[in-house]
Amino acid sequence: MNACTTEFQTGGQMPPDLFEAERPRGPIALWVRHHPAIAWGGGLLVLMACIALLAPLITSYDPANMTPMLRGKKPSWAHLFGTDMLGRDVFARVIYGARISLMVGFAVAVIATVMGVAVGIVSGFFRFADTIIMRITDGLMSIPPILLAIALTAISRPSVTNVIIAISIAEMPRMGRLVRGVVLSLRERPYVMAAQAAGTRLPKIILRHILPNTLAPIMVQATYICAAAMITEAILSFIGAGAPTNIPSWGNIISEGRAVWQLRPYLVFIPAVFLSITVLAVNLLGDGLRDALDPRMAKRV
Amino acid sequence: MTLLQVEDLQVHFRTPTGVVRSVNGLSFAVDRGETVAIVGESGCGKSVTSMSVLRLIPTPPGRMAGKILFEGRNLLALPEDDMKAIRGNEISMIFQEPMTSLNPVLTVGQQICETLRLHQGMDANQANARALVMLQLVGITAPERRLQSYPHQLSGGMCQRVMIAIALACDPKLLIADEPTTALDVTVQAQILDLMRDLQKRLGTAIVLVTHDLGVVAQTAQRVIVMYAGRKVEEASVDALFAHPMHPYTQGLMDAIPKLGSSLGSESRTQLAEIDGAVPDLRKPLVGCAFASRCSRSTVLCTQTMPMTQEKASGHWVACHHVESEKTP
Amino acid sequence: MNAPATVLAVEGLKKHYPVDPNVFGRPRAHLRAVDGISFAVARGETLSIVGESGCGKSSVGKSILRLDKPTAGTIRLGGTAIESLTESAMRPLRQKMQVIFQDPFGSLNPRMKIRDIIAEPAVNFGIATNRDAIDAHVQKLLQLVRLPADAGTRYPHEFSGGQRQRICIARALSCNPELIVCDEAVSALDVSMKAQIVNLLARLQDELGLALIFISHDVAVVEHLTHRVAVMYLGKIVEIATRRAFFSGPKHPYSQALLSAVPRPDPRQVLARVVLSGDVPSPINPPSGCRFRTRCPHAFARCETEEPVLRNAATGHQVACHLDQ
Repeated sequence: MNACTTEFQTGGQMPPDLFEAERPRGPIALWVRHHPAIAWGGGLLVLMACIALLAPLITSYDPANMTPMLRGKKPSWAHLFGTDMLGRDVFARVIYGARISLMVGFAVAVIATVMGVAVGIVSGFFRFADTIIMRITDGLMSIPPILLAIALTAISRPSVTNVIIAISIAEMPRMGRLVRGVVLSLRERPYVMAAQAAGTRLPKIILRHILPNTLAPIMVQATYICAAAMITEAILSFIGAGAPTNIPSWGNIISEGRAVWQLRPYLVFIPAVFLSITVLAVNLLGDGLRDALDPRMAKRV
Repeated sequence: MTLLQVEDLQVHFRTPTGVVRSVNGLSFAVDRGETVAIVGESGCGKSVTSMSVLRLIPTPPGRMAGKILFEGRNLLALPEDDMKAIRGNEISMIFQEPMTSLNPVLTVGQQICETLRLHQGMDANQANARALVMLQLVGITAPERRLQSYPHQLSGGMCQRVMIAIALACDPKLLIADEPTTALDVTVQAQILDLMRDLQKRLGTAIVLVTHDLGVVAQTAQRVIVMYAGRKVEEASVDALFAHPMHPYTQGLMDAIPKLGSSLGSESRTQLAEIDGAVPDLRKPLVGCAFASRCSRSTVLCTQTMPMTQEKASGHWVACHHVESEKTP
Repeated sequence: MNAPATVLAVEGLKKHYPVDPNVFGRPRAHLRAVDGISFAVARGETLSIVGESGCGKSSVGKSILRLDKPTAGTIRLGGTAIESLTESAMRPLRQKMQVIFQDPFGSLNPRMKIRDIIAEPAVNFGIATNRDAIDAHVQKLLQLVRLPADAGTRYPHEFSGGQRQRICIARALSCNPELIVCDEAVSALDVSMKAQIVNLLARLQDELGLALIFISHDVAVVEHLTHRVAVMYLGKIVEIATRRAFFSGPKHPYSQALLSAVPRPDPRQVLARVVLSGDVPSPINPPSGCRFRTRCPHAFARCETEEPVLRNAATGHQVACHLDQ
């Protein structure tokens, strides 16, 4: 025999809620609560960008100004991070170094993304081009990106621009592969087939139906490329194949501090910490974007 | 003899867009050896109910309240280890998509043996022998060969038979079947339903069958529970429900089903009866009867007060303010 | 001059997919999804193609719509042969036939507003060119499918499955087609939604004189919408008949099994069920002779050697079976 309890039947009331009502918060606070990774990662990144942009306001020292009398000083109130072995203020160098890292990171992310998207779309839509392009990207990907970047910078003059170009070429194949995969799967979606049946021409299908729906994975991958580019740039500078030595970049600073790191460890650790925080922020942002934009996560319970 | 008793089950989920109240005070019971069908459309809470019996609801976004008594023990209050000993052993479950419910990298034999060795403590030989018996029981031809097959080598119907074999391997007292035939072709569905009926007679397992298909219900179940918006709106024996549906939602559902042969009386095509409107948003708290906005009989009372579940005929429970006891479809 | 009565005529349609490529990429076998079928659809008529998974009905739909290129056969859309046209030659003809797919959640571009989605076919064929004409056109269509007038400014994720199918119907009607292919258009909907959409399609067909090809695995739903039924099995049509003839007395053993397998919502009705043994054979290597013989309860010697062709069994009723002679 079945038994229907009547505990919630009397009075015709709904059973009580199991969750406490959320305290009404402003829309921003609510958004931060639901997207902590984006909030923290994006926040740190914006902070770094501000530091880089406002460098002349933050420090009055010129990062290239050598004062041999003050070389090798430990951190003090006059020089917050001390001075390096050529008498340059480390704090200024680190702050200005942020410019290089962020610039390289963003530039590579943008260039590699644009190139990768173009390659991926052509590959995804035109079968004959696909085979050729995929074999080229296979070749490029078989070389470790750092070695590829070193080789490319070795055959050109050392400059930040060349570093950006070299790392972009090294990172582009992965974006191309990703976009190609997304395009191939989107082509099978019913709404793309319906657009084709409705007589929409190919350029419009790509612009209206394919591209907007690839934005999510592209954005996430672009943040990862940015993080990888920053580290690659630091490595290149560290081994002397990157930005010229007069331009302060975190890799350069670490490289110069390498010789005396047992005496002056802060020369290596401080730029390394800054690099780590920036890369962490970018990765957090990427993870948060991926979680927020993933259509599976958006499925209704 | 009551095997499973669900009392005032509530399952709510906290989602970024609000709290979804999937199940709102559901009570029912299942006797030994009985087949109870839970019927409703998508979003009514039937799948959530079936998963909460086995505590498969992820509790960070979800919260459960109420009692689920299995042979007197409250499953919602059991420690996780005790719950693991029950899953697959005393209560089993089969799911909707047979092709994706099986592990693609293990053979059929390995998957059946896994549950046997875990719960019954059998060694490899004993487990294999029993697995062979199970495959024969579910009607798979050439079972010795099939023990070595991988799921991708089997058709949908065969995968579902294997699922049933895994579920029944430890001779559970209760089998929960969540839309077991929805993803299958209709001829295969007929075979699987025949199999389930046959196995139930032989093994005496109680079955809770969750489905949206009233035809499947009519052919398989002994008692039927109709759910709407997380609540039970009608419960009756299968004969009573189809002969005299009392709740307007049940009546609407029965009218809306396309029935084979119904068009033969007329020259032109016949229309299907419709239910106006759509299922309510479970994120908004419901006041009054959830079906009121779609119901032809609704009055002011219906929009203010939730109807109580009352026994209108012997063993026939309805939650409606305006039941017309004598309406026949 | 009246529009031609036959909107679509298909003759000997075949669609084979290459499978199992060898080391050079050449296929070692072919999946014969559609293996020689013929039918015609007239103005204002619904032809249903029913069958279970693997019978090839979806491939038929895609071939007719020229979303895939058929391997062989002819497809005549209003008299023009379209089976081997290039994409640019095909484009203007697409105005005459549109499609509604099964998945209400994959059928609409999540990044486009409803107004743009519905307007797309009309804009492509120049039916509405300026903003006001487009808005008026979209409003008319929203009314036709009984959606609220403000739906145009919203995005697909704000609508339920049934409402999305209505949007798909509105999109399909947008360029005033003669034929709509409904590929399992109601299969993913709940019972109450199915009823609403099927009734809507029937009403629109009566009002606008549309031809419909309704592809479905659900025989019971088909009965309320169709004028004629074609049953497919392993790439071939085994029976094609008018609605009354089919549902009052199917003649092919597979059709009989199909109808008897549908569970009736009536616990007292115990049907003598035709039980099919075994599984559907692979379409890569279909059985010789009659493809259904491996599961047919009435198979005899001739079924293995000779493939049956569609023959008239009664007026408006054709069957491909040796039993019928």
